[in-house]
Amino acid sequence: MSDVQININSKTYSAIGQAGHHTAIADFKLSLKSGEFICLVGPSGCGKTTLLNIIADLDNDYEGEIMVGQEHTHPKIGYIFQNPRLLPWRTVRENIELVLDSHQSAAIIDPLLEVMQLTQSQHVYPERLSLGMSRRVSIIRAFAVDPEVLLMDEPFVSLDAPTARQVRELLLKLWQERPHTVLFVTHDLREAIALADRLIFLSASPMTVISEITVPIPRSERHNEQAIEAFRQQLINDYPAIKKLL
Amino acid sequence: MPTLSLLAFLAVWQGLAVYLNSNTLPTPETVARVFWLACATGQLPFHLGVTLLRLVVSFTIAMILGCATGIVLGRNKKLDAFFDNWLVIFLNVPALVTIILCYVWFGLVESAAILAVVVNKLPNVIVTIREGTRTLDQDLLDMARCFHFSKRKTLVHVIWPQLHPFVMGATRSGLALIWKIILVVELLGRSNGMGYQLHLFFQLFDVASILAYTIAFVAVIQIIELLILKPLDKKSMRWRR
Repeated sequence: MSDVQININSKTYSAIGQAGHHTAIADFKLSLKSGEFICLVGPSGCGKTTLLNIIADLDNDYEGEIMVGQEHTHPKIGYIFQNPRLLPWRTVRENIELVLDSHQSAAIIDPLLEVMQLTQSQHVYPERLSLGMSRRVSIIRAFAVDPEVLLMDEPFVSLDAPTARQVRELLLKLWQERPHTVLFVTHDLREAIALADRLIFLSASPMTVISEITVPIPRSERHNEQAIEAFRQQLINDYPAIKKLL
Repeated sequence: MPTLSLLAFLAVWQGLAVYLNSNTLPTPETVARVFWLACATGQLPFHLGVTLLRLVVSFTIAMILGCATGIVLGRNKKLDAFFDNWLVIFLNVPALVTIILCYVWFGLVESAAILAVVVNKLPNVIVTIREGTRTLDQDLLDMARCFHFSKRKTLVHVIWPQLHPFVMGATRSGLALIWKIILVVELLGRSNGMGYQLHLFFQLFDVASILAYTIAFVAVIQIIELLILKPLDKKSMRWRR
């Protein structure tokens, strides 16, 4: 898989009614190495979702370029939205099947359901699922298409702490089995440290990169909450600019 | 309870008919006898069949065209702004005017009759489906886009299920509206069908036959509701808690 380069010179929203022009993103540059897990950390409303929508080609009204390797193109995306966005009239399995070609679906879906512990619930309609389960289904759906970049927009927000931890661990297990480039948006620094290879700190709107920090904690130590908390404290002490964001 | 209310209705009818003792209100028993006779001679099934065929053809054309146009207008603001006035005009042209114009322009032929019904029903379907399309969930459409669903896949699996309640609404109001219009169409320009027969009975002052035909038609619409629409509703709502 190729590296992905994101250069957004500016993204502005035109004036509507009383609200004037609004610049959401300015001079944003980020390169994603293949197989890397990147967490974007920034205050809410800073333009993170806008950035993900640009990368996913849902929004093409911006100045800049997205490159995959040397080509001007958008990467193949698996998007895990903040709200799971499952089709309520299709069962768990049918929701995942829909993003695949039918002839290859079983071989892809069955192992994914198993890792995410959803084999028992595969024929259930989404309205009967808990939020944590719905999020797991949307994670499977995104992995199923074997994307070049996985976009995750605060996928664990509004889950209670034990459920969030469980889904996070399942996600990591899946990602370690099938490494994909991940762009994970969060405003929870502990969560970011637990997951990321690299942390990207973002400013308030107009959004730009403040600093990039590689997480030195080895993967095997990431479940150790003391290690994560110690690194968090160190970050806040070393980078006063970050403290203001949190 | 429904049986009880039906029996009460028959009892009131019977009571009134006996009390008035007039040709203009026959008893349920007389109507039943006329109904049976009309069925036995094959008259009623024939004319009912002809009317139903017209209903099926015009309803199908109106629904297909109406759904397609409604989705396009609901998704495209410019086209919608352009055609909005047209819709208002067609919604407000009286059914009788369209029927007369169709017969005058195209002659007293079957296609003119069908066209008149379709033109009457179409604006209703378009408006209902257009409103439905405006309420489509943009989040789900974005999901379909970023997973690269084909247009067909998006229409069948993302858009259509959301429009289902609107389509069912248009279907139910459509059946009720179309069959009333068809009777006028038949009365004015066809030599068979329920409308033609009712016109005949009106000239003969044969109220028992008029009631017998009406009951037959109401029964058919009830059967369509029970055997087709209700099961469709049930199937498409199975995912709801």
